[in-house]
Amino acid sequence: MSVLIRGTGSAIPDRVISNADLERMVETNDEWIVTRTGIRERRMMAPEEATSDIVTRAAQRALEQAELGPEDIDLLIVATCTPDTLTPATANHVHRNLFKGLSIPSFDVNAACSGFVYGLEVAMAMLGSAGYKRVLLAGGEGLTRFMDYEERTVCILFGDAAGAVVLEKSDAPGGVLATTLHSDGQYSDLIQIPGGGARRPASPYTLAQREMFVRMEGQRVFKVAVQSMEQVAKDTLAKVGWKIGDVDWVIAHQANSRILRAVADRLEVPAEKMPTNLEVRGNTSAASIPVLLDECNRADRFKTGDKLLIVGFGGGLTWGAAAMEWTQTG
Amino acid sequence: MELTERVYAIVGEQLGVEKETLVPEANLLDDLGADSLDVVELVMAIEEEFGIEVPDSDAENIRTLGDITSYIEARVETAA
Repeated sequence: MSVLIRGTGSAIPDRVISNADLERMVETNDEWIVTRTGIRERRMMAPEEATSDIVTRAAQRALEQAELGPEDIDLLIVATCTPDTLTPATANHVHRNLFKGLSIPSFDVNAACSGFVYGLEVAMAMLGSAGYKRVLLAGGEGLTRFMDYEERTVCILFGDAAGAVVLEKSDAPGGVLATTLHSDGQYSDLIQIPGGGARRPASPYTLAQREMFVRMEGQRVFKVAVQSMEQVAKDTLAKVGWKIGDVDWVIAHQANSRILRAVADRLEVPAEKMPTNLEVRGNTSAASIPVLLDECNRADRFKTGDKLLIVGFGGGLTWGAAAMEWTQTG
Repeated sequence: MELTERVYAIVGEQLGVEKETLVPEANLLDDLGADSLDVVELVMAIEEEFGIEVPDSDAENIRTLGDITSYIEARVETAA
């Protein structure tokens, strides 16, 4: 059995938030942001939109490209850490938008910025032993809704976006060959939204403490990110017997240009093999990998047989990687 | 190579600064133009070069090149 990507799609909100826009909102400047993050602009959902709406659009585009309809899908998984509602899952909202009259299972995976890689391994298992045939796997985030515009080191980083892939069980060669996942809960407080859950429920107090927003200890995250992304990439390459030089494309979570550069240096991957959209998208958490896959795919950068190494990292802390051989979508 | 030279070689490479600016009292942020992430990368490079692990709580106290060399001296002595 193999698992192929039949289609990719993404949805990018129209509203651009440039570094100059942020300069008017918080004490920061373009040069400070660019040297530390590599980000020049990020996108923001329209006021009436929520995460499920952009995920729905990304999913529709992935289905269109695959020349399939909602009735051809038998499982929906949405990776997100910025759900529309605490419950039901964002996947249930997407189901309402896209899968009317179809009772396929739908659920969220929350592994923060590693969500897409986590979702990929879950989908692989469901396509294997659980007998599903086609999975719609999306990563979508409405992170700007959780930004504290009094916290200048965090609000500059994140943007909204959604990406999706249609995964299909097949007998053809190629596709997803191996996945590896890890987490380490000793770092669970390094990236978090502390309030609004069962530990610190929404209240005038937690609201006043600004606990509904993302908090991150960037410097401590940096070190674990670089070391674990390098290690999980190497472990995943070993599983499929590839050397780093065999890899045509490294699709890494678009966290921060400094992290990406450090990982590239350690893995000895040349910049031209590591596509990036960080400059114009910012960090879009679980959406960053599927969005980048879709952008590269639609720009015809991937050829059938190209070897891709996907590497994710995020809050939890969580990290993971996948090795795949690209097959023509559509 | 002497410890100080090894440290200065790493700092010179990581921060891309001239040899003449590398003196014990040089402050990483103020004199050598490092930012917070440069310091993290520098600590990681030192960990690899000297085979030690620098906890975040220790790294926070490192401000100057002299701090780095005396920290490594203390750590390497304890290890030996």
